[in-house]
Amino acid sequence: MTELHKSGAAVGEVVDASPAPTAFLEVRDLKVHFPTDDGVVKSVDGLNFQLERGRTLGIVGESGSGKSVTSLGIMGLHTAGQYGKRRARISGEIWLDGTELLSADPDHVRKLRGREMAMIFQDPLSALHPYYTIGHQIVEAYRVHHDVDKKTARRRAVEMLDRVGIPQPDKRVDSYPHEFSGGMRQRAMIAMSLVNNPELLIADEPTTALDVTVQAQILDLIRDLQKEFGSAVIIITHDLGVVAELADDILVMYGGRCVERGPAEKVFYEPRHPYTWGLLGSMPRLDREQTDRLIPVKGSPPSLINLPSGCAFNPRCPYADVPKDNVTRTVRPELQEVGGRHWAACHMTQEQRERIWTEEIAPKL
Amino acid sequence: MNQKSTGTQGAAAGDVLLKVNGLQKHFPIRKGMLQRQVGAVKAVDGIDFEVRSGETLGVVGESGCGKSTMGRLITRLLEPTAGTVEFEGRDITHLGVSGMRPMRRDVQMIFQDPYSSLNPRHTIGTIVGAPFRLQGVTPEGGIKKEVQRLLEVVGLNPEHYNRYPHEFSGGQRQRIGIARALALSPKLVIADEPVSALDVSIQAQVVNLLDDLQDELGLTYVIIAHDLSVVRHVSDRIAVMYLGKIVELADRSSLYRAPMHPYTKALLSAVPIPDPRRRSAKSERILLKGDVPSPIAPPSGCRFHTRCWKATRICTTQEPPLIELKPGQRVACHHPENAEDQAPQDTQLLSAAREAIELVPVGRDEAPAGQGAAAAEPATGSEGAAAEGTASGE
Repeated sequence: MTELHKSGAAVGEVVDASPAPTAFLEVRDLKVHFPTDDGVVKSVDGLNFQLERGRTLGIVGESGSGKSVTSLGIMGLHTAGQYGKRRARISGEIWLDGTELLSADPDHVRKLRGREMAMIFQDPLSALHPYYTIGHQIVEAYRVHHDVDKKTARRRAVEMLDRVGIPQPDKRVDSYPHEFSGGMRQRAMIAMSLVNNPELLIADEPTTALDVTVQAQILDLIRDLQKEFGSAVIIITHDLGVVAELADDILVMYGGRCVERGPAEKVFYEPRHPYTWGLLGSMPRLDREQTDRLIPVKGSPPSLINLPSGCAFNPRCPYADVPKDNVTRTVRPELQEVGGRHWAACHMTQEQRERIWTEEIAPKL
Repeated sequence: MNQKSTGTQGAAAGDVLLKVNGLQKHFPIRKGMLQRQVGAVKAVDGIDFEVRSGETLGVVGESGCGKSTMGRLITRLLEPTAGTVEFEGRDITHLGVSGMRPMRRDVQMIFQDPYSSLNPRHTIGTIVGAPFRLQGVTPEGGIKKEVQRLLEVVGLNPEHYNRYPHEFSGGQRQRIGIARALALSPKLVIADEPVSALDVSIQAQVVNLLDDLQDELGLTYVIIAHDLSVVRHVSDRIAVMYLGKIVELADRSSLYRAPMHPYTKALLSAVPIPDPRRRSAKSERILLKGDVPSPIAPPSGCRFHTRCWKATRICTTQEPPLIELKPGQRVACHHPENAEDQAPQDTQLLSAAREAIELVPVGRDEAPAGQGAAAAEPATGSEGAAAEGTASGE
């Protein structure tokens, strides 16, 4: 029966059009544009990536680079259809376990949301409903997808609260969000998102609002849970420390596009895009000897309505004049493979970038 | 003792500029129709420190430890409950508004949120020029010229004099706040989380700017922040606060190399290190359990004893004093790390202490494989295959 459900008419057409990928999650040429009075905000403009079960992808970038918009796009939260017209213009393909989500029936996506894919939000206080107890909210999330009575669901909620490390879960299940501390709320939200054993977990800045000691607890929890449930995890953050802790692969976003993507090791030790260099140079690091000065990226992030022509990073790039013929200001660079499973979008040649990194950047970090 | 304030070059580098003694701030909790006081939030509960001219004191701690309240007390934006604040040898603890006004020239503040700390209805010329008007100072060449000079100093275009705050980005707004703080060439600048609202790349710009201004203008900073790596980068000395108390006060290298207070140690080990290779290294992380207790009823004795893995009986009853255990390193702990035990007779660990922390190996690949569900996915065996799969097709 469920099989029948999955291949609804709307889904079938697209499956024929382009072959279903083998990866668990595949995003192809995702574009999310918001029409506004001032122009079209191109929050995400052509993003591709893949993710397997049991692996963690870290998406890094500054505010406004399109990280959160991407995650909301995957969850299908931009296309809330009941308001008549779509607020966001979305194109591209998002394949989750063989199903294309963007063209799928909204009811079908709704069934997947929460069960196959779940999300942890940045601010647990605004993501939890203040009028209902934590238990109520977890029970609701469970019963939407499972036909069980309230008692069973409640047992499941207590079990999940216990699993995420909330003390006295059988009592705290009846607490309201305001009775929890920030770290406990975040744990409760993780419990809620994992209650249906989702295969894809998206964590959007899960620790940004938390203190460093609590952050360590939560990162540890996410790592343990992933190991236990074998889910695919996307972690979105601006903190390179957090991605280094969790991610197998890293995707660096700038101005709505991916500028560099590769295994964590490569991105940290052999970054091939000047923006990634800038991010690494901007961070004071506890694990290194004290440096006198940080090496910031000059200028500020671009407007997504009027992206600079050519490479979006060119006005801030110290090496914009290295490639010949002003190409950085006229031609938008595409992602090129710079090593095994490692891509970067830059006009400089491989050799130039390698030289600049090893001779000019790396020694200063 | 009474140092005459003679312009900006008043105190020589190294002199004590600010001295804080037993500073307390208790916010009353009132209840009922008669608004009787039923308790108090002990936000700052007896702290002592000094700031020397020309140095940067960093203050770190988790949210709720009282670091921002401390900043507001020494700038006299809040009235202390007890204790004294001395600036250049002069007691300013209970000066009134008019008494404080001349001091305001010397003590300025940079706020965390560049969106709410600038009046949206004023142009930046008005905002940065406000200190001159309030203090009745007319700089050489007029206010406008001086404001434009200040804008240039902080890296903004002086022609933007007539623009409004909304026309600027977060980093630029923070620069406006800095220009305003610098207008009257203060001696002491208190910066409360000056970069935490900014993006990483912008953070670095502002940190460098603060650095340069200190070199050029001989400023003294008290920088309050929760980010330990930023604090290490900017500070000469660092105070670590926990529940309204300073638990450790030391120069930068001692604190980061050999922290003595267990809390400092835990705090440092919790910082995620941007180095994926560290994950498989054999380092261990101290994971504190639970949350910070409420400052309404802080634990007896040492406030950290409820979460400390070294806590013994003495910790529950006697509050450890902040004493100098090594030149330049003051610690309030009965059983410090990297130093001689202060209460060696008391060795019986509290039962809570044994469960207080979890030492986790940093690196998930360390743990024994095949534990439950993890094995269900192609995690270990077909690592290569999974890796290949993750690579995207063009």
